[in-house]
Amino acid sequence: MSLLLKNVLAIDGQIDLHEVLDIRIKDDLIAEVGKGLSEDGCEVRDLSGCIATPGFVDIHVHLREPGYEYKEDIESGTRAAAHGGMVAVCSMPNTNPVTDSASVIEFILRRSREAGHCRVLPSGACTKGLKGEILAEMGDMARHGAVAFTDDGRGVQDASMMRRVMEYASQFDCPVMSHCQDESLVGAGQINEGKVSTLLGLAGWPAQGEEIQISRDIELCRLTGCQYHVQHVTTARGMELIRQAKANGLPVTCEVTPHHLFLDETDIDDSYNTFLKVNPPLRSKEDASALIDAVVDGTVDALVTDHAPHADFEKDLEFEEAPFGMTGIETSLALYITNLIKPGVITWERLVELLAINPRKILHQPPVMLKPGYPADITITDPDIVWTVTKEEFESKSCNSGFIGCELTGRARDVYVGGIATLLDGAVTELGKGVDA
Amino acid sequence: MAFNHKHLIDIREYSADDIMLLLETAQRFKQINERRIKKVPTLKGFTVVNMFNEPSTRTRSSFEIAEKRLSCDVLNFGGSSTSSVKGESLTDTVETLCSYKIDMIVVRDKHAGVPRKIADTVDAHVIDAGDGKHQHPTQALLDLYSIWQQFGHIEGLRVGIVGDISHSRVCGSLIPSLKTLGAHVTIIAPPTLIPLNPEVLGVDEVSLKLDEVLPSLDVVYMLRIQRERLEGAPFPSLREYHMLFGLTKERDALMKPEAIICHPGPINRGVELDSYMADNPARSVILDQVYAGVLVRMAALYLLLGGNEQ
Repeated sequence: MSLLLKNVLAIDGQIDLHEVLDIRIKDDLIAEVGKGLSEDGCEVRDLSGCIATPGFVDIHVHLREPGYEYKEDIESGTRAAAHGGMVAVCSMPNTNPVTDSASVIEFILRRSREAGHCRVLPSGACTKGLKGEILAEMGDMARHGAVAFTDDGRGVQDASMMRRVMEYASQFDCPVMSHCQDESLVGAGQINEGKVSTLLGLAGWPAQGEEIQISRDIELCRLTGCQYHVQHVTTARGMELIRQAKANGLPVTCEVTPHHLFLDETDIDDSYNTFLKVNPPLRSKEDASALIDAVVDGTVDALVTDHAPHADFEKDLEFEEAPFGMTGIETSLALYITNLIKPGVITWERLVELLAINPRKILHQPPVMLKPGYPADITITDPDIVWTVTKEEFESKSCNSGFIGCELTGRARDVYVGGIATLLDGAVTELGKGVDA
Repeated sequence: MAFNHKHLIDIREYSADDIMLLLETAQRFKQINERRIKKVPTLKGFTVVNMFNEPSTRTRSSFEIAEKRLSCDVLNFGGSSTSSVKGESLTDTVETLCSYKIDMIVVRDKHAGVPRKIADTVDAHVIDAGDGKHQHPTQALLDLYSIWQQFGHIEGLRVGIVGDISHSRVCGSLIPSLKTLGAHVTIIAPPTLIPLNPEVLGVDEVSLKLDEVLPSLDVVYMLRIQRERLEGAPFPSLREYHMLFGLTKERDALMKPEAIICHPGPINRGVELDSYMADNPARSVILDQVYAGVLVRMAALYLLLGGNEQ
């Protein structure tokens, strides 16, 4: 039996598609796309008013398994991903043990096949234990399914080590993704160094602590030719460095998060809300607005969440003791629609580029198009539904979101991964468990 | 006069009238402290917990004396913060304390924002006795009281604050409250001890040269160089700091005749100021500040616990 998605606005800039039509899914593939397709022998879903796009991918997600299952695990994290409209996520390697060997990559992929509600594309560490001292076995990890290498959460501090990482990684079909943070400058920094840090008496995390490493890595990219991806860019100047590198033809890409786009340091006040403690920190209003400009002008390649779940008791601490990070994968799509699409800042075509086309390119994954013969990895979005973010509705084990209480517009309605519905009418399906098998 | 505060956490929430009421109340408490029997039953039956999660001798003893002179029941509770050995969270600790039906928590903590977090968690009154690098409102009140007693007013005075502005919780409260009362505030420090955007605290001027500013100042406020907080050595030596920013006997001649010297204590003699200046009876109000600490803390306890409503 096949499935017929009827009367859906299909948008896919890869094939210049932007019209209301029907999509037939047979098994794991898109079988037919066109107007007035026959309903005979089909399960039919009328999706009038909804938008179908190639399935969305979030390439910066902390699934926390193995090691920190009390914060999140592969099952809950991928349920959250499906809830947020994602068909795939790239997991970060700061697990315990660190994802720095083929055996941990294998473990993650096995758990994903057993319990995942979306595809999991694991990244591996650049250096053993994320310590920045010895190269991790990138070749073995790549052979077992790692799609990228990153020392996310810390960054590689030593420039010669970073050169070695980029040189060595360049022989594999994987990008090096970098969390840019110069520890000698950042020290114990808690929030952006500036007005708010002075007012609240919190140690500052200066913009230069990020920009100096972006600048260093761009020069190392020039030296090594390695495909280099800058994670969660937060400053105007950092973004300008990337813009220039791209203009020089270097293989540099970058990502931004919803919290750095739509929140800023002035949201942190004397209530010391630890949910707003993220790394890199929320920057100035001017920085946030420069990031939006970069989303518009094409400098930004991918939108990601840096979904970083933490248990309630870990965040319910003194600001300086609480861990960095906020969740995001269940609110990101709605935030983009509310803040970028509805006000006309970007088009749906651009959003599809940022969430579906470019993320796959960065990770060397085959493209997904709304075209017969392609995998039925599809996100169906209800662009007009208005809803309020509440802790109770999260599928994630954690609720450390900076957007609780926000009224948002738009939300994923259905998600198909290889033709299997992982989300139906906004609810995560049990059928979707193990969808990546 | 109406006094509508439950907590003393952020001095910026206090109007000029609120602050003056506190200072005037402190002045009234002075006579109690001059008697042979220095205790009144005013706050009998109120239980105050002094929760000092960071070492403090002066502030804690000053609070304890203030509480006891007003007949509060006092519980000293120390050493427990989240980073402590037992690992109980701050929230659990204060909820436990409040199960004893206490009325007020006076809190000192190395983390900024802890007093506000306590106030948001439990129903007790909260006084911030110093939180990280953020604020120290009763220190500001005792400074204001001492300055007010010397000059009879605060409006229009030129106050220079010298030293480690970056790591100072004293500044976080003193500068905004001086501005509330109409003083002009200059900070004087090496660039390595000045935070970004000091203007958000209310600073009018920033100077790197003590000798240029000194002749214009009515109040010279010397901040303590907290050696334990000076990781990464923001200046080469205490000797050089003393040479450039220390209040020395030679600099006495640069000061206005009526100018006074304040210091939150404890003094590092030979660093922030030399003994000639620290002990200079015509200028130094450092011991008056210590006495004022008891008076303003009595006033804060009294007003926050609604003593004036009885």
